[in-house]
Amino acid sequence: MYSFEVDKPGSVEAAVAALQIEEAMALGGGQTLIPTLKQRLASPSRLVSLAGIAEMKGVSAVDGVVTIGGGTPHATVAREAAGAYPALAALAGNIGDPAVRNRGTIGGSLANNDPAACYPSAALASGATIVTSSREIAADDYFQGMFTTALHEGEIVTAVRFPVPQAASYQKFEQPASRFALVGVFLARFAEGVRVAVTGASEDGVFRWSEAEEALNKEFRADALTGLAIAPENMIADLHGTKEYRAHLVSVMTKRAIRAVG
Amino acid sequence: MSEVRIVVNGVERFGVVEGRTLLSGFLRDGLGLTGTHVGCDTSQCGACVVHVDGQAVKSCTMFAVEADGRSVDTIEGQAAPDGTLNAIQQAFQDHHGLQCGFCTPGMVMSAAALLKENPTPGEAEIREYLEGNLCRCTGYHNIVKAILAASGQDVAAIAAE
Ligand SMILES: Cc1cc2nc3c(=O)[nH]c(=O)nc-3n(C[C@H](O)[C@H](O)[C@H](O)COP(=O)(O)OP(=O)(O)OC[C@H]3O[C@@H](n4cnc5c(N)ncnc54)[C@H](O)[C@@H]3O)c2cc1C
Ligand code: FES
Ligand code: FES
Repeated sequence: MYSFEVDKPGSVEAAVAALQIEEAMALGGGQTLIPTLKQRLASPSRLVSLAGIAEMKGVSAVDGVVTIGGGTPHATVAREAAGAYPALAALAGNIGDPAVRNRGTIGGSLANNDPAACYPSAALASGATIVTSSREIAADDYFQGMFTTALHEGEIVTAVRFPVPQAASYQKFEQPASRFALVGVFLARFAEGVRVAVTGASEDGVFRWSEAEEALNKEFRADALTGLAIAPENMIADLHGTKEYRAHLVSVMTKRAIRAVG
Repeated sequence: MSEVRIVVNGVERFGVVEGRTLLSGFLRDGLGLTGTHVGCDTSQCGACVVHVDGQAVKSCTMFAVEADGRSVDTIEGQAAPDGTLNAIQQAFQDHHGLQCGFCTPGMVMSAAALLKENPTPGEAEIREYLEGNLCRCTGYHNIVKAILAASGQDVAAIAAE
């Protein structure tokens, strides 16, 4: 690791100010950033730890909306969202391993937008709102491709608001070595319609499978997907799976999600 | 450089660390507590698991300054002062839950965290909880047995594979 200082501000306001320094970077749970720093793939002058900011922590449920502070660890979401939004809690409880879940945060995951991360699919399928230190961003506008988001430099994800669907399911096909999603599908059924978001599969990062949504809005059963297929061209290919393999998995995992929702 | 005060295994310890000093580095190089092992660079192996304020964390993936003012428990604090092993450590010995021993400190600390959350976990729950702890020697079977035994459960039920 290159050398840097670590700041520990106690409020969002102080953190935003600290991030104005050139080459400063936010530090959430460090579960992605610290391994990156070890490989010298980032060289911040200063890390601004968000862990001591009380206003960025916690889970609340009011009027069909679950709000999660941007600095809330996965383990807390798994525990505290279980009643209000079970599919989201189950997703959080299956990220990585227990020690990773005790440190890693939802804000860090959404800021990083790893193409194989779990939370982006939940945010997109739920039509969540990403609340930052300066504005509110609809999930449909927030995710802009692999490791790319609408966030500006120094902007902090302070909370995420999830409208709770009538029913939902996250189906993750795990890459067994990394435990990230080789393909993950989050399906959310609202009174206004079905939303299907896919992670792990595309070179453009998380995306909505709109053909499947249309078919399911006409008829909500696994057979409704018959004849629909994802084109393999833009799928990720690596040593864990070919483009065709991932495209196929998208259908399989979507059908599993439909059956789980019932 | 900043000063840190961390209660390690119940004893208040002080140190002066760089921003980039990892908690694992502070424990090993700063305090000479080399029981916490470092087996990877990618936060995947779990050999470095310790408890911070009672929660299992990978000490290689947290900075020492982040532990300032908190309490950290390591493998060195698990046995009694006279060297008597705790129930988990004794069960690892009795059930041959280690071979080279490299992963063992992390395994024991993860097992301790699990048993605090869930005093009588089933075999599947144990395997799931240990997802972030890699062992290159044992094939995990005897580790699972040891944890079942440490929680007072019957180990005869899980067949040798
Ligand atoms: C072994 C292992 C297994 C994993 N498995 C999975 C998995 O199955 N699924 C999954 O989704 N993820 C997985 N992860 C990643 C994990 O969920 C991370 O915790 C997460 O991706 C990053 O969150 P963090 O809080 O640790 O962020 P950090 O590592 O601290 O930061 C990541 C990036 O986000 C920025 N950042 C952090 N917080 C904020 C914020 N609030 N606002 C703005 N920017 C911010 C940082 O500057 C940095 O660029 C795994 C990680 C490990 C080590
Ligand atoms: S040393 Fe491998 S996870 Fe910490
Ligand atoms: S006993 Fe050798 S790595 Fe586990």
